[in-house]
Amino acid sequence: MDALRNKARELLENKLAQVVIGYGEGSLGRVRPVFVKEPAAAVKLVYDGRCLQNLATYLLKPEVKKMGKIALVAKPAALKTVLQLAAENQIVNGEIIVLGVTADGKLIDFPDFKAIEAHVAASGPDLSPEELAVLDRLSHMSVEERWAYWQEQLSRCFKCYACRAACPLCYCTRCTVECNQPQWIPVPAHDLGNLEWHVMRAMHLAGRCVNCGDCGRACPLDIPLNLLTQMLVKGVGEHFGQRAGISATLDHALSTFKPNDKENFIG
Amino acid sequence: MSEFEPRVVAFVCNWCTYAGADLTGTSRIKYAPNVRIIRFPCTGRIDFMLLLKAFANGADGIIVSGCHPNDCHYTSGNFHARRRWIMFRELLDFMGIDVRRVRFAWISAAEGAKWAQFVNAVVKDIRALGPYQHYRQVVGAGIQ
Repeated sequence: MDALRNKARELLENKLAQVVIGYGEGSLGRVRPVFVKEPAAAVKLVYDGRCLQNLATYLLKPEVKKMGKIALVAKPAALKTVLQLAAENQIVNGEIIVLGVTADGKLIDFPDFKAIEAHVAASGPDLSPEELAVLDRLSHMSVEERWAYWQEQLSRCFKCYACRAACPLCYCTRCTVECNQPQWIPVPAHDLGNLEWHVMRAMHLAGRCVNCGDCGRACPLDIPLNLLTQMLVKGVGEHFGQRAGISATLDHALSTFKPNDKENFIG
Repeated sequence: MSEFEPRVVAFVCNWCTYAGADLTGTSRIKYAPNVRIIRFPCTGRIDFMLLLKAFANGADGIIVSGCHPNDCHYTSGNFHARRRWIMFRELLDFMGIDVRRVRFAWISAAEGAKWAQFVNAVVKDIRALGPYQHYRQVVGAGIQ
């Protein structure tokens, strides 16, 4: 933690960054994101097991970009997010400073995206065995059971769009859900509106999601939304052999193709 | 209504399947009249949201069809579409939507007979499955 604070202070003192986005103490023993702009305020930064949020979600916000050059405290999933955003031409090499922190709190310096790529390549698979087991359990249900399961889960959704706000890859300035000429997604949080919204959200993340899990954590009603994106992460790996967030240059799975992509359902 | 007549919406590309369906007609091949054809510039243009809208508006089945791989008028529209369908179909299945009601085919402008066979086969299957009650309930819940 001292290494992180010292590094942040050094960056701010030498004007290498105007703002450090990191975690600070919040209320009730929880952590919250902090935007450190003064060298003296670097002591606010903390990093421990409570720091789950993917802070890369702030990188593209206009009000954050206005603050100047950003140094980002990045947990492992945020590193993948940074690469994915770079691959989608949302950030360029050198535009931000990435302060990587490992799960045990060690600070890693990344001079450029190449270094992040090397670090991510050495990390484990996108989905943990526990996550795969849940997906497996659901896929072994009958279609009727899965329908009932999702209808029950989605019936709680009241369309607060916290999942979208938390997602670092949902950065469109004009989302399909707000489009009303034509009205793609029904506005009310009824069964149809919820179903269409969640299918659309998941599909727009297909091949892009890095499984940071923030959509599921952000949901105030604990709908297991990340199951949908995890399922897509798994499918994209199995069908196309691709992973999101491992390269700052490669196109994502659904914006490219191979002539010999395999399927068995087209007549 | 005495007997269930399936409503099938077909999303087809302008260059292959639409012309193929035209050939079915000019060849005077008779096929199931349950299909409503919607013409698109390319399969790559067929947004997955449109398929959901078909279900929301009372379709019991959906056909998506376009040029065979390597025959796309725009070179790669169908290749892109194929990747999208692979993932979309899996997502629908994962969410409990009956993917037997969403059918895909490659039908060229010369395959008028194949179009007739394919539509007949889909209509037969949907007739056996019956009306899409699950989705109709969801739509009904929104109106009440």
